[in-house]
Amino acid sequence: MTLNLIYFARLKDTFGRGGETLDSGAASVAELLAELAARGGVWADELGTGRVFRVAVNQTMASRDTALSAGDEVAIFPPVTGG
Amino acid sequence: MGDFTIRVGHAEFEPGAEIAALSGNPAAGAIASFVGLVRNYGDDAHVTALELEHYPGMTEAELGRIVGEARERWPLTAATIIHRVGYLPLGEPIVLVVVASGHRRDAFAACEFLMDYLKTRAPFWKKEYYRDGTSRWVDAKDSDDEAAARWMAQ
Repeated sequence: MTLNLIYFARLKDTFGRGGETLDSGAASVAELLAELAARGGVWADELGTGRVFRVAVNQTMASRDTALSAGDEVAIFPPVTGG
Repeated sequence: MGDFTIRVGHAEFEPGAEIAALSGNPAAGAIASFVGLVRNYGDDAHVTALELEHYPGMTEAELGRIVGEARERWPLTAATIIHRVGYLPLGEPIVLVVVASGHRRDAFAACEFLMDYLKTRAPFWKKEYYRDGTSRWVDAKDSDDEAAARWMAQ
């Protein structure tokens, strides 16, 4: 299935892209993160165990257990710093 | 129902005009406001400007959810949240929260609640630009999480 991924702020810079369309078999956020971390390099560094980041699915904050469906918009970003 | 407004964009705002705009409701006996500005120091360096990035769509949705939670806690007659994005030099206003209610205690509390929740939940990110020409994304602060967590016990 196709997922629309978006990256923000420091993660956008580190990954060298603001987003991507991914053909993925991930059924949950945790599975997607494992798939991305398996790319190695900065992906493993930023999304590996113990790293602090946030995930939103279809513009609502999500957890590792959140289920994914075809066409979902999944955003991965650092903890927010507005205000 | 009152007047509840959320605006996200680069345009500068005028706090006095925004406060005046909420002054028309005769049931609003109290208006509390907060203005956040670009200041000249960060954690450890001389800051000359900030750049604010956000997640278009989710930002407005999350701010709407936060306003909804404030309205469940306090009897508000109106509220305005304005948050700027893009490149903002020293001294420029970044964020405005204005809350109108019948009484001052509710207005003060709701204003502080909205800022605490905005800082920990709304998808904005700050990058600091320094006098030596370098820049860096700002790290989130534990003190902001603690400030927001206070409200969960109430």
